[in-house]
Amino acid sequence: MAYSEKVVDHYNNPRNVGSFAKDTPGLGTGLVGAPECGDVMKLQIKVNLDTGVIEDAKFKTFGCGSAIASSSLATEWLKGKTVDEASKIKNTDIVNELKLPPVKIHCSVLAEDAIKAALADYREKHAAADAEAST
Amino acid sequence: MALKFPIFMDAQSTTPGDPRVVEAMIPYFTEKFGHAASRNHSFGWEAEAGVDRAREQLAKIIGARDPKEIVFTSGGTESINLAIKGVAEMYREKGNHIVTTVIEQRASLDVCKRLERHGYEVTYVPVRPDGLVELEAIQKAITDRTILISVMVANNEVGTIQDIAAIGRLAKEKGIIFHADGTQAVGKIPLNVETMGIDLLSCTAHLIYGPKGVGALYVRRKGPRVRIAPLIDGGGHERGMRSGTLPVPLIVGFGRAAEICGEVMAEESARLAKLRDRLQDMILSNVDEAFLNGHPERRLPHNLNISFAYVEGESVLMGLNKETALSSGSACTSSTLEPSYVIGALGASAELAHSSIRFSLHRFTTEEEVEHVGARTIEVVKRLREMSPLYELAKEGVDLKSIRWKAE
Repeated sequence: MAYSEKVVDHYNNPRNVGSFAKDTPGLGTGLVGAPECGDVMKLQIKVNLDTGVIEDAKFKTFGCGSAIASSSLATEWLKGKTVDEASKIKNTDIVNELKLPPVKIHCSVLAEDAIKAALADYREKHAAADAEAST
Repeated sequence: MALKFPIFMDAQSTTPGDPRVVEAMIPYFTEKFGHAASRNHSFGWEAEAGVDRAREQLAKIIGARDPKEIVFTSGGTESINLAIKGVAEMYREKGNHIVTTVIEQRASLDVCKRLERHGYEVTYVPVRPDGLVELEAIQKAITDRTILISVMVANNEVGTIQDIAAIGRLAKEKGIIFHADGTQAVGKIPLNVETMGIDLLSCTAHLIYGPKGVGALYVRRKGPRVRIAPLIDGGGHERGMRSGTLPVPLIVGFGRAAEICGEVMAEESARLAKLRDRLQDMILSNVDEAFLNGHPERRLPHNLNISFAYVEGESVLMGLNKETALSSGSACTSSTLEPSYVIGALGASAELAHSSIRFSLHRFTTEEEVEHVGARTIEVVKRLREMSPLYELAKEGVDLKSIRWKAE
């Protein structure tokens, strides 16, 4: 199977690989997929607690080139978006951008799941922090 | 010597043609173009002589007593189909049970599955973690309705070589026909249908530096005389077992390829085993949690299969594919997203089955190529591990099995 140029580019030059320190303020982490399925993505966002804007994002992925490219692209798109805007990213946007073939669509689905999981984790922590602050 | 890219190290999917083979074939496309079954003119006789010579060359490298025991087919897949379906149909009144193993190549497994839909029963015997099938397991699977034992000589992914002679003896004792799938082994390791008790042996030209589109099935004529029903009816060529105009140039090339393999086998297998061992040492001593798949000794000299924990096989190949042709699993199944069923059958976790890479060397592989591929593989695996959340978790001391993964 030949890969699209964009997939190859993200694979060769992945954007934002890494992890944030666990005590980073405004952190949201999503860990999705399963090793036995051949794909695991960890996606993290760092939200500015004053503006609600995602200032930084990082990923680590176990999976094929398309899975790596999908998560790399996701981190690029997340940066600069508000949490609400970020929740509107759809897997089909990733498919179109990376020109993923049908057998690789599950990679984009997993990336969307990872985004949602990271946002949910952030919201959960943030809500807890808010609740604490108001008491 | 300067390296030439891309490097081909996927020689268990196919092999490059040997120039000597091509040279032998060329006249049979032009001046010696006759139909091997034309009995009344010199064009036919000349073509038939070419085919007969190839039959002798093939018979010789597998130790067949009589060149007439060689039936030419279109390749390994057809030979396997002809062997298993041919016996199943011919011996239907004697029984309907077949014994095979879980790590056979796709062709064998798919034929068996089809036969199951037509009232046959198949026992798929498991293998040990090193890929060897236990003789006792085959013995236990045999019933009074068993008509065929079908086992591959050497595995296409991990290269494990079965104790074919022992299985042959067992089959003889029980009066059951024994088919050995020799597609990966013929021409590479010494095989003898007489001393090993093989009744049917499948092989193909394109894995021994010959052309694609031709294979052969050895069919024993004496002790016992094995009969098989044809898949293709027609002019009754190949003693009625495989009708169709013989592809004379391909057959001539196949014969020459077999002859060369016979001549160079000892030297070539020693050279390739040495190169393979070098590649294996390089990788295993530089990458932690890299696991050799298959049997460490009883395996094809040109095969190396390694699972790299925490990185996915396809992503490793993607990092190398501009300069090196490798494969994760077999070419037959690489169009699917399933992890290797062979590695899975050896008892590896599904994760490690997703992480296997097969390196297969060939006649023209050089030391420089091995050094390059080894070094680049190490680089790519290390880079991917830096990107792997599983590697990160493992380094933090998290037991990956303790995490409740949300599988899709």
